[in-house]
Amino acid sequence: MVAPVVLVIGVIIGYPLVRGVFLSLTDANEANVERNIGVNHLPATYKFTGLDNYKAVLTDGVFWDRLGWTVVWTVGCVGLTFLIGLTLANMLNRTLRGRTFYRLALILPWAIPAFISVFTWRMLYNEKNGILNKLLAGGGIDAVPWLNDPTWAKLSVIAVNVWLGVPFMLVALLGGLTSIPGELYEAAEMDGAGPWQRFRNITMPGLRAVSSTVILLSTIWTFNMFPVIFLLTRGGPGDATEILVTYAYRLSFVDSPRNFSESAAWGVLILVLLSVVAVVYRRALRKQGEVW
Amino acid sequence: MTRKHDDRVRPAPAGTRKRNQRSRPASVGLHAALAVAAVVAVFPPLWLLITSFKPRNDAFSTGIVTHFTFANYTHVLADTEFLTWFKNSVVVVGLTTVLGVFIAATTGYAVSRFRFPGMRPLMWLLLITQMFPVAVLIVPLYNLMATLGLLNQPAGLVITYLTIAVPFCAWMMKGFFDTIPVEIDESGRVDGLNPFGTFWRLVLPLARPGLAVTGFYTFVTAWAEVAYASAFMTGEENLTLAGGLQTFVNQYTNDWGSMTAAAVIIAVPAALVFAFAQRHLVAGLTAGTTKG
Repeated sequence: MVAPVVLVIGVIIGYPLVRGVFLSLTDANEANVERNIGVNHLPATYKFTGLDNYKAVLTDGVFWDRLGWTVVWTVGCVGLTFLIGLTLANMLNRTLRGRTFYRLALILPWAIPAFISVFTWRMLYNEKNGILNKLLAGGGIDAVPWLNDPTWAKLSVIAVNVWLGVPFMLVALLGGLTSIPGELYEAAEMDGAGPWQRFRNITMPGLRAVSSTVILLSTIWTFNMFPVIFLLTRGGPGDATEILVTYAYRLSFVDSPRNFSESAAWGVLILVLLSVVAVVYRRALRKQGEVW
Repeated sequence: MTRKHDDRVRPAPAGTRKRNQRSRPASVGLHAALAVAAVVAVFPPLWLLITSFKPRNDAFSTGIVTHFTFANYTHVLADTEFLTWFKNSVVVVGLTTVLGVFIAATTGYAVSRFRFPGMRPLMWLLLITQMFPVAVLIVPLYNLMATLGLLNQPAGLVITYLTIAVPFCAWMMKGFFDTIPVEIDESGRVDGLNPFGTFWRLVLPLARPGLAVTGFYTFVTAWAEVAYASAFMTGEENLTLAGGLQTFVNQYTNDWGSMTAAAVIIAVPAALVFAFAQRHLVAGLTAGTTKG
């Protein structure tokens, strides 16, 4: 019962992973991997180069530049998404007319495949004709180069990702809020606690388990968020919005000649970074007495 | 839609609890904030829908539809490869969902019921795979597919998507199996069923909600995947929807009319599937990640 499972997991995950690590230790590129041209079969001619790729990547400024922006992107997106999600969840967790309507409207972005939403946003952001700039023009404001100026492009991609991410946060936190017993609030009120005190001392601790999970998940997702960047700006203008994942993709599938080994080295480094983040995060939670 | 709320704890009617009473300005502010958020959430998809009914040359007009037309839809369906892409996507996503759910269910069951050496590492592997960025696996998988001649083949994408969906789904399924009493397994064994028979005939039917959730998750993930689809599938007739949509709007062409119509056709089935699944999705997500 267990054996086939381990086997399948090993084949579909273990093999590519090991192979990726191996490739990152070679000088494989488009010209020297095993391939077929017509009827001719060309064997692989790349060779083992040890840690050269890692040395090259880590001493090159590009990696650190991209890492810096990736961190800003991740922290910005997750922070904003969490704050907005938390605010909206608290607003919805009340007796309120039209609550179902608001709830449905607010989770709509989640229901649409991300690449569709991203294309839609590209249309809205269109510099000459997009609706956003037309609205601004109506208010007498100059057109904003949403995706063509490095700073605006960065803000634009973050905005889209927050728009995509809020529904999940909202639903998860709303679930957490409804599981906090109302008696706690009543008791606190008897004792004269104000709204802010109730929020700090009841709501936040009550949400601790669910928020730690969703924050970790969305950190990982955002760090690796490929479609938003790739489809919205292709990493541009220049490489202003390129995060680690899209840059690694570019190395092996956009640039020519394709550089498989360096791309693999980027991949391994990304994985190591994320693992460190996850372990540190877990440690921190455990110190606060969290079971997870 | 209101039925969805039946299973949650309804707040006590206003008046019995002090915190449910709001002053008039507070109430107006709450509704205003939620209304703004709802508009922001709904506007992009709505604008996409509106634009798709405009004549091609009006794609960027700011008004609501002045000349209502289905031309974009008929153009996309009749004159482009859209139906081929749609078929490709359905084949890939369908196979992925069926296989993925099966593998995830067996894995989840094994992890939930059996104690075996290497179990903790396996659990960790499943969890860590959630952090695998596209960049780690894409190069080795690409090379593997090239060697096996699976590039541009649906089978290649199916295998790839399994690597994304299975670990997460297995994790979720474990959460569901953990809620099913072990006594059921024991009674099966007493009745002479082998472990797989117990799993297949007794436990699996009870885990149906879990199967639904993992199925939905796999479907949604595969339907919206961009990176692998863009890298592994080339040539108009091999593209899936994510790749095909990129051909309408890229650096060379700007066919926003076709893009919007195609996007609407792609989004509708996904949104419907999502509407059924969303409530369970969050429960599954948090069950899988917190009960580890």
